[in-house]
Amino acid sequence: MSKKNESLGKTVFVVVALCLVCSVIVAGAAVGLKPLQQKNAALDMQRNVLDAAGILEPGMDVVEIFEQRVQTRLVNLNTFATPETADGKDAMQYSPRMAAQDTDLSTNLTKAEDTAGIGRREDVAQVYFINSEQGDLETLVVHIRGYGLWGTMYGLLALESDLNTIRGINFYEHSETPGLGGEIQNPRWAANWEGKKLYDDQLEQVQIDVTKNVSDEAHDIDALSGATLTSNGVENLMQYWFSDKAYGPMLEKIRKGELNNG
Amino acid sequence: MASSKEMKEVLFGPIFANNPIALQILGICSALAVTSKMENTLVMCIALTFVVAFSNLFISIIRNHIPSSVRIIVQMTIIASLVIVVDQVLRAYAYSVAKEISVFVALIITNCIVMGRAEAYAMKSPPFMSFLDGLGNGLGYSFVLLVVGFIRELFGSGSLFGTQILPVVSEGGWYQPVGLLVLPPSAFFIIGGIIWVLRTFRPEQVEPKE
Repeated sequence: MSKKNESLGKTVFVVVALCLVCSVIVAGAAVGLKPLQQKNAALDMQRNVLDAAGILEPGMDVVEIFEQRVQTRLVNLNTFATPETADGKDAMQYSPRMAAQDTDLSTNLTKAEDTAGIGRREDVAQVYFINSEQGDLETLVVHIRGYGLWGTMYGLLALESDLNTIRGINFYEHSETPGLGGEIQNPRWAANWEGKKLYDDQLEQVQIDVTKNVSDEAHDIDALSGATLTSNGVENLMQYWFSDKAYGPMLEKIRKGELNNG
Repeated sequence: MASSKEMKEVLFGPIFANNPIALQILGICSALAVTSKMENTLVMCIALTFVVAFSNLFISIIRNHIPSSVRIIVQMTIIASLVIVVDQVLRAYAYSVAKEISVFVALIITNCIVMGRAEAYAMKSPPFMSFLDGLGNGLGYSFVLLVVGFIRELFGSGSLFGTQILPVVSEGGWYQPVGLLVLPPSAFFIIGGIIWVLRTFRPEQVEPKE
């Protein structure tokens, strides 16, 4: 290596030039590939929805089945309006997670309200209606999220047409301890949820309970062993999302046949 | 220009004679983590081979202009940029695989093989030979990983590339999968086995007794 290389000017020049070239390449790759990545992410979400609803089969054409059977709709949780677009995006492209970070599109939760530990709740919810071949509502899939032990757990909950019986649950993103809290992703644990009832008989109080001692067959879910805080987190987020602070009133309206068509 | 014999040696030497994993014991961490499925293993191998080959090439092209006081940082910047590009490409074209191995793709930045080759070879050699050296080391890494992945997926899950080869008991077949092979530590045993076989056939790799 020549002496010239070691001068301060040359060092600064090489480092700055290299950084410029590298940043152009990295930025180019990130921007250029973004449309494809978003398409993949959308496909992944469609797969998650079908999985939660229990109609995902290996090898099926997710995009086609999703288009055929699932209707993605937006519902304003405060006014029960059903806008075509929110945040300048249509129902498919809208992301409740991003809306919840925008102060114009979400509501701040007080400490007492915020049992799920999410801070803010989006005003407009993204709801998936899955109809039977006769056109009746068969399954309703909604987004749920809440704080576990290490971070926010993101999932989808599918309800049967009575909007009380759980058809399936799917946590697709979380940062819980692998093997302990991470088991919320295990299909075997998710199977425990099938057929459980969200509410009490009067459909008023959220009754679902993630507990060590399953006593009430209709409402109790066997907690994950070694993951008390994750299990508590799941229970808290269920308590929040299906209370009248979030999805409760909307479900009530859908049950009465409102919001369903159009 | 280097002779073709030398080129061959640089390209194929790292597969058996000077394998980065089996002889230099570098890059073990990712070898344990990504080898439970052949599909993930193959993608990881391609990603690493790409990064090590091109980082060697680019570092070698500018090697006469790199001030030695900041050479490690310069190498890291080039390697990191390549890794980000690879990660972005995987997310665009192989989303399901990318979701599982994304963490380990990002960790290629710290993979000792890439840094080792850049510092030990690319800084002193012309671009084309450096590229071959990177390719060769990538192939050496891939060889070990694919063998490990093959054994782990076939005997751990009874499948290859996700296709069921041995019908497992839980699905009504006769094959009882070896649970240990699904877990990362099992790769230690397999890599140990590969080193043993390699050194049996190439006794010159055995370290002298102290």
